[in-house]
Amino acid sequence: MTDLTLNPTRNRLQSQNWIEKAGIGHILLALFLLIYPAMASDFFLTQIGGYSLVLGMIALSLMLLAGYGGMVSLAQITVAGAAGYVVAIFGENNSGVYGFGWPWWIYGPLAIMIASMMSALIGWIAVRTEGIYTIMITLAVATACFYFAQQNYALFNGFPGYNGLRAPEFFGVYWRDPVPFYYLCLANAVVAYVAVLYGARSTFGLTLQAIRDNQRRMRAIGFNVTAHKVFAWWLAGLIAGAAGILLVWFNGRISPGTIAVGPSINILVIAIIGGLRHPIGPFLGAVIVVLMQTFAIDLVGAERFNTLIGLVFLVIVFISPDGILGLWERFKPQEGRDNWRSFKKAANKSENQGRNA
Amino acid sequence: MNINRRTLLALALATGMSAPTLAVAQAESIKIGLLATFEGAFTVLGEDSERGAMTAVDEFGGKVAGKDIEIVKGSSDASPDSAVRAARKLVEQDGVKVLIGPLSGDEGIAIKDYAKTQPDVTFLNGSSAAQDTTLRDPASNFFRFSTDGAQWMAGLGDYAFNEKGYKTVATVAEDYSFPYTQVFGFMAEFCKAGGHVPSKSWVPIGNKDYSSVIAAIPDDVDAIYVALGGADAVNFLSQYNDAGGQAPLIGGSITVDQTVLTAKGRLHDVLVGTPAAGPTADTNDDPAWKEFSEAYKKQNGAFPSPSLFAHAYYINMKAALLGLQEVNGDVSDGGKKLREVLSGLEFETPTGKVSLDENRNAIADMFLTEVTEAGDGTLVNKLIKVTPQVNQTLGIPKDEFLALGAVSRENPSCP
Repeated sequence: MTDLTLNPTRNRLQSQNWIEKAGIGHILLALFLLIYPAMASDFFLTQIGGYSLVLGMIALSLMLLAGYGGMVSLAQITVAGAAGYVVAIFGENNSGVYGFGWPWWIYGPLAIMIASMMSALIGWIAVRTEGIYTIMITLAVATACFYFAQQNYALFNGFPGYNGLRAPEFFGVYWRDPVPFYYLCLANAVVAYVAVLYGARSTFGLTLQAIRDNQRRMRAIGFNVTAHKVFAWWLAGLIAGAAGILLVWFNGRISPGTIAVGPSINILVIAIIGGLRHPIGPFLGAVIVVLMQTFAIDLVGAERFNTLIGLVFLVIVFISPDGILGLWERFKPQEGRDNWRSFKKAANKSENQGRNA
Repeated sequence: MNINRRTLLALALATGMSAPTLAVAQAESIKIGLLATFEGAFTVLGEDSERGAMTAVDEFGGKVAGKDIEIVKGSSDASPDSAVRAARKLVEQDGVKVLIGPLSGDEGIAIKDYAKTQPDVTFLNGSSAAQDTTLRDPASNFFRFSTDGAQWMAGLGDYAFNEKGYKTVATVAEDYSFPYTQVFGFMAEFCKAGGHVPSKSWVPIGNKDYSSVIAAIPDDVDAIYVALGGADAVNFLSQYNDAGGQAPLIGGSITVDQTVLTAKGRLHDVLVGTPAAGPTADTNDDPAWKEFSEAYKKQNGAFPSPSLFAHAYYINMKAALLGLQEVNGDVSDGGKKLREVLSGLEFETPTGKVSLDENRNAIADMFLTEVTEAGDGTLVNKLIKVTPQVNQTLGIPKDEFLALGAVSRENPSCP
């Protein structure tokens, strides 16, 4: 579906300047995000802004797998958590277990590497399955990892996990201060977002989408389907791993509660609420979910706020199975509309075109 | 282009995010944050803790130093991450200068760490009772007018060994810092008296199937010490009963709390005769306790008798209000004066006199109880003995106490 719309765009792009290439929407959004610290309080900067960006990145890694690869994973928070535990063990903590005190520029890349390898491993296990079975396998992996971390004291320090993780100080800046932390999250999120956006139009991205649409045909043509899928998992692991590091710097701690089944479903909710069709979806979803989870308690009191959160999500998914992105697709002005309108229509079309070819 | 419009939508949404914080405190009200578990496995306990806190607020008529008390609630699911996130919202967004909470052990340790980054905010504990919240590496703006889980056990080990005649006891407890602290408090006395603990089982919070734990309990123990809370306690006790377990029970402080005693079913008979110790006793004849109990019952959905969570939140909320009254509601100096007043605060509670040690942890009376059936068939903790003014080191000199090491799965040990 994506390639269909992109092909004509790409031809048009040849003669465009950089403003048109990036798109006016992106530029406005970038401007807004850049000056956001000037208008927002510290709380809105980190607890809402930074946290949304971090959760958005984890959900983006899920969007990459689900949207382009057709593989819904419930283990993305586990991958992020793996990076977090690496930071806790090799960086500094005040729980008195491990904490080797390595500098951030060693443990950071190491954490991302280990997280991405773990993601690839989970992918390698899950890739033989499809649809609901992928969800089941990744859920099983996530649950197993949660209980293992909770019961294992030698490596994961059990239920309390690790406390007192500090973001590093370099270039004279403490990176957990509100403004630096926000920009750090923003920079990471932008890199991940742009990478996914352009990765989807690359040969690999198009192949992955083709595999999603018809795995057998791709195999028949001679593509190594398993390798492509596992590589997608590895890439998703890079994003989730980077987000995992930011997450533990944000929380200042990591415990099995961070990677429990609740949070892993939360990531899926974020991705679904936002929409799986475009990399901006997970970030939209993250903003909505974080705002709801933070402020619902002020709206309806402590007893029923989770009901309100649940109802809002239900309404969004009920009205639009494609999340916020789908809502926009439905209500946006008609002019200039192309075949993004509905997934089904586009899918049918691609099917037909495939047949004609 | 589609992307543009979608991003415009994102923009529209995002502008909402930066809406300036309108909730500026009115001049005539004092904001107090209340952090408890209003979701997850400990929801029932969290709701009761709110009743306790509100009992104290009502006692002051909703006003302190002529200003209205405004309670802002925050919810956690008993995980440290969620507790810190909720506390951050209360402090950094709602702007509370006094925060009461949290409810459970590891949350307390996490909030203590957070308190160090907010020196202008005064934190009072809720009911969290892990030892290291105040014993090791304390925060100078974190106060605990409720006591810790080891203090709660005062008198129980001796009673079990000398009066009940139990020589060997197996323990079953949840796998986090609060039950470690409880087991520590029990074993400190029990082992000193000459008892042995051959087997300790640690189970995850929210565990449903206890068959493997029950199988691991040695047959020849005289009793089982159970430190589980809420649904966990109910699940373990009924499964142990179903499996034909005969050993008598010894209760941790929250095992035989009102939240468990009001559970329906066969548990009723199993629990009768179980000794336990804690900061409260249902059949306390002290008029102050009765008065508190009556005031508590006016709250919505109250239990027949206040749980120890309601009690702990009541004590801490009352301490906060007494302190605020003393400084005339003035926390404009970053709460410095308030914290000075709190450090020296000593007041009569429904359970006797409370004062603080140099680590800002309470010294208070402890109650040894035994579960009995009241006239109307409900179960209550009957008061056996009061252990007066128990301090955090359980009467042991501080250096010696610290040398025992931090509580953990392995410490202490007397197989």
